[in-house]
Amino acid sequence: MRGLNNITDLSPAEIDDLIRVAEDIMTHPDRYADACRGKKLATLFFEPSTRTRLSFEAAMYELGGNVLGFSEAQSSSAAKGESVADTAKTVSCYADIIAMRHPKEGAPLVAAQHAGIPVINAGDGGHNHPTQTLADLLTIHRERGRFEGLTVGFCGDLKFGRTVHSLITALCRYSDIRVVLISPDELRLPGYVKQDVLQASGTPFTETTDLLGVMPQLDILYMTRVQRERFFNEEDYLRLKDSYILTPEKLTEARPDLVIMHPLPRVNEISVRIDSDPRAAYFKQVLYGKFIRMALILKLLNIHVKEE
Amino acid sequence: MHIDSIQNGIVIDHITAGQGMELYRLLGLDALTCSVALIKNVNSRKMGKKDIIKIDADMTLNMDILGFVDPDVTVDIIRGGELVEKRKIDLPQTLTNVLTCKNPRCITATEQELDQVFRLTDPVHRVYRCIYCDTSHKR
Repeated sequence: MRGLNNITDLSPAEIDDLIRVAEDIMTHPDRYADACRGKKLATLFFEPSTRTRLSFEAAMYELGGNVLGFSEAQSSSAAKGESVADTAKTVSCYADIIAMRHPKEGAPLVAAQHAGIPVINAGDGGHNHPTQTLADLLTIHRERGRFEGLTVGFCGDLKFGRTVHSLITALCRYSDIRVVLISPDELRLPGYVKQDVLQASGTPFTETTDLLGVMPQLDILYMTRVQRERFFNEEDYLRLKDSYILTPEKLTEARPDLVIMHPLPRVNEISVRIDSDPRAAYFKQVLYGKFIRMALILKLLNIHVKEE
Repeated sequence: MHIDSIQNGIVIDHITAGQGMELYRLLGLDALTCSVALIKNVNSRKMGKKDIIKIDADMTLNMDILGFVDPDVTVDIIRGGELVEKRKIDLPQTLTNVLTCKNPRCITATEQELDQVFRLTDPVHRVYRCIYCDTSHKR
């Protein structure tokens, strides 16, 4: 049964299709309002999430389907020690498709191996979060109209930032992409992503600690939060959490058509004074995330709505 | 040193010198009741030094383990004291329950009944990655 565990499970052509369907949904929401009538999405969230879970639920409701599930491990059988495989088998008796978030890396893959219905990875620890990447890709496509020829800067926690790893992986499949990695030394992109993704695809990239120095080059600036939950050591978190804070003053040298993105939630790494800047795209990302998840649910349930 | 030739069994030859003991352990040869010889640092024209394992019984070898530890070994099948087949080993595409994922955040760290599965992602550098969390293991 086909699901989505990693962004590379989808070919660039399939991603293009999802973007096309998402844009059609945005233009003609009424056509899709009953597309999933009688279908149920199970949202199995073993760790807290606001936007991803609500985004999936809103997506399913807007397709005319229903939603069931839980939003923390304590309210599931996992609290009694049930395995991920058994939970997946059980839930597949009730639902047509699963969206799962789990603190352990690989848990959604285990669920997919046992569920018998499509399983969408809605985030597994610091590992994958493919639907965030789809939201990011739709945002770039909506804001810049293309992927090719862009210079994309990633700033903040590039070591633990799963959204960064996934988006770099997805973008490197397009031609003429340039990547700029901006982070403190302790939070640099892991060597295996540089080697297996950037170097393997021949994507030119630079690493720097100087955000202001590279700002004029950037078409896209992807900010990330330094996440407390990814650190074993509280001292390291406190030392690094304020490493890069984006303020209007730092945008003085930025391009007028820069697109500022962030997977959210933000803490303080983007000043709220930037929210009204037309270059701020991070709340649009949230909206686009719902539409691309609608397109994904339709694809995985093999439901086709006639487009004009 | 004299080691008797075997009548029906297996000779694992051309083992990189020093790796014989690891193969012996990973293949579970210590559990066999038949004669097993591990010969270390044998002179070899091709390799300089090599290890050899002789097993005096017919058994199914885990070729994935052989390929993972030393893909250059050859496996000789002996019947009635004669060499009847010489098998070359390939680098295995997947390894099941050979390696253990060291990532404490991996689902296999908490659900220990899961198979430990690693996939070959870089044949040149012999890099395997856990299929669940992508943590690498390089020989």
